[in-house]
Amino acid sequence: MKDFEPSIIAFVCNWCTYTAADLAGTSRLSYPRNIRLIRVMCTGMIDPQYVIKAFLEGADGVLVSGCHPGDCHYINGNYKARRRIKLLKEILPRFGFEPERLRLTWIGASDGIQFAEIMRELVTQVKTLGPNSAKLKMVI
Amino acid sequence: MLNSYKLETKDKELLESLQIFFRSILELDEISAILVPKLLPMKNMVMPVLITDPAQLDNVDPLSPAFPMNTSKIVSRLSRKPIGGKIAVVLRPCEIRAFVELVKLKQGCIDEIVIIGIDCLGAYKNRDYFLFASEDEKGSTQRFYSSVLSGKGASFDNIDLAPACSVCEQPIPGYTDILIGLYGMDINDHILIQPKTPTGESILSRLKLPETEEPLKRKEAIDTLINERTACRDRMFAETTEATDNLEKLTTYLASCVNCYNCRVACPVCYCKECVFVTDVFNHEPSQYLRWAERKGQIKMPTDTVFYHITRLAHMSTACIGCGQCSNACPNDIPVMELFRTVAHKTQKAFEYEAGRNIEQKPPLSEFREEEFDEVVGIS
Ligand code: SF4
Ligand code: SF4
Ligand code: FES
Repeated sequence: MKDFEPSIIAFVCNWCTYTAADLAGTSRLSYPRNIRLIRVMCTGMIDPQYVIKAFLEGADGVLVSGCHPGDCHYINGNYKARRRIKLLKEILPRFGFEPERLRLTWIGASDGIQFAEIMRELVTQVKTLGPNSAKLKMVI
Repeated sequence: MLNSYKLETKDKELLESLQIFFRSILELDEISAILVPKLLPMKNMVMPVLITDPAQLDNVDPLSPAFPMNTSKIVSRLSRKPIGGKIAVVLRPCEIRAFVELVKLKQGCIDEIVIIGIDCLGAYKNRDYFLFASEDEKGSTQRFYSSVLSGKGASFDNIDLAPACSVCEQPIPGYTDILIGLYGMDINDHILIQPKTPTGESILSRLKLPETEEPLKRKEAIDTLINERTACRDRMFAETTEATDNLEKLTTYLASCVNCYNCRVACPVCYCKECVFVTDVFNHEPSQYLRWAERKGQIKMPTDTVFYHITRLAHMSTACIGCGQCSNACPNDIPVMELFRTVAHKTQKAFEYEAGRNIEQKPPLSEFREEEFDEVVGIS
C-alpha cells in the first residue's frame, strides 16, 4: 500500500478555511496534492448528500472545514454542519466507511500554517486506512 | 388522572359498537367530519374516507388488517391550512407518530384535528391482505381481530403480519386525544375508551359512556406484547446490520432496486415537496454516463441507487416511525423498512430523539446547541 495516493475531497467555507488555504498558498507553504478543495459559501450549506456522493465516487477521505464556533459569517452554519457530520458518522460506518475517513475541522482565516499541517496529517491518516472500497468495486 | 370509560359490546359485533361510538362523536356540534378507514362500496378494499353524514358510518372498519397507506399524509393534506371545522381522525399508532413528525415540519396542524388512536392489531402486506380477505371483507376482519385479541395470533395459512408490524414495539397510541383500548379487554363485554387530553375529555364527557377502570390484565397483555415485539425488533436489527455492514453487502441488499422511488412516495415522513432525485440534478448529460462507465469499464443503470438510499437515510431517518409503507410499496420486495428502521434507531439515539413521541421536541436537524458533539470535531 506504499504507493497508495489517496484522494481527499475538502469542502471548505469561503470565509475561513478557504481563506486559510489561500494564505497557505501565498505564504508558499506546501501541502500534499491529494486534497481537492471545493469552496462553498458556508459549511452550513453542505447537504449530507455531497459527502455521500464523494464517498460513493471513491473519495478516500472527506473533510468539511469552516469557521470556528462563534465565527461563522452566517452566524450558525457551522453548528448545523456539526450535527450533519454527527449524523453521517452514525450512518456511513454502518456500511463499512471507517469513521476516520470523514473529518470536520475549524480552521480560521489567519490559520494558514495550521491549514497546511492539518492537510499533511489528514493525508497520512487516510493513507494508513487504505483505499475506499467504492473505488474498486462496482457500486450500483 | 382522567376518567376511563367503557364502550359496551354486549349483543353487538365489535365493529358495530365502534360505528355507534363514531356516530356519537360525529353528531357533536363541533365535529364537522370524521376520517376513518371504511370498506369501499365498489371493491373489497378498506381506505380512509372523510365522512360528514352519520348515515355513512356503516361499513367503517378500523380493525381490518388492510394498511394501504400511512393516513398521516391525508391528515397533513387536510390540515395544512385552516379547515374551518374540527375533524376527528381515527389512526393507527404509527400514523399518529408520522403526523406528529409532519406537524413539527409544519406540514400539518393539530389545532382542528381530534386524534382518535386505536390499539393496533397489525396489518398484512397489501398483496397478502387481498389473499386473506378474498370476497368477504367483513367476515375477514372478524376472523382477524378475534384471533389476535384472543391471543391466537395473526397468522392464517401462509399469511402473517407485515414485517413492520411484527417488529412494532409501539402498538398502543402515544400522542392521542382519545384512546380506544382493545388489548387485555373482554371484547364480548366492553372495550376501553380513554381521554388523553382536555380535548378528548371534553368530547367524551358529553357522550355519557359508563365509567370504568383500566383492568390490570390490559397492562399485562400490553407488556407481554411489547416485550415480544422488542425482542423480534432487536433480532431484525442484528440481522439487517449483518446483511449490510459493508458496501458490497449493501449493494447486494439493494441490487434489485430499479430507482422507481415508490418507497419515498409511500413514506409519510419523506417531507420534501420535490425530491432532489427527480429533479434535473439527476438528469445527467448522456455523455456523462459514458465518462462514468469508462472509469471502471461499466456502470449499472439506472445509476445512483445506493446514493439515493443513503441520502434518504441521511435526510429522513431521524423521522422514521417504522410504519413499513416503504417495503409495502416496493415492486421488487426489497426489505426497505428493515434497513431504514435499523439505521433510524441509531440516528435517533445519537440525538436523543424518538420520532413521533413528543410534539414539542424539535427534529434533530432543525436545531443545534453551541456546546455539543465535540467528539466529531478535529482530526485526532
Ligand atoms: S422509511 Fe419506511 S418505515 Fe420509515 S417512516 Fe418511511 S415508510 Fe415508514
Ligand atoms: S420502492 Fe423498491 S425498487 Fe423502488 S426505489 Fe424503493 S427500494 Fe428501489
Ligand atoms: S461562513 Fe465559515 S462556516 Fe459558515
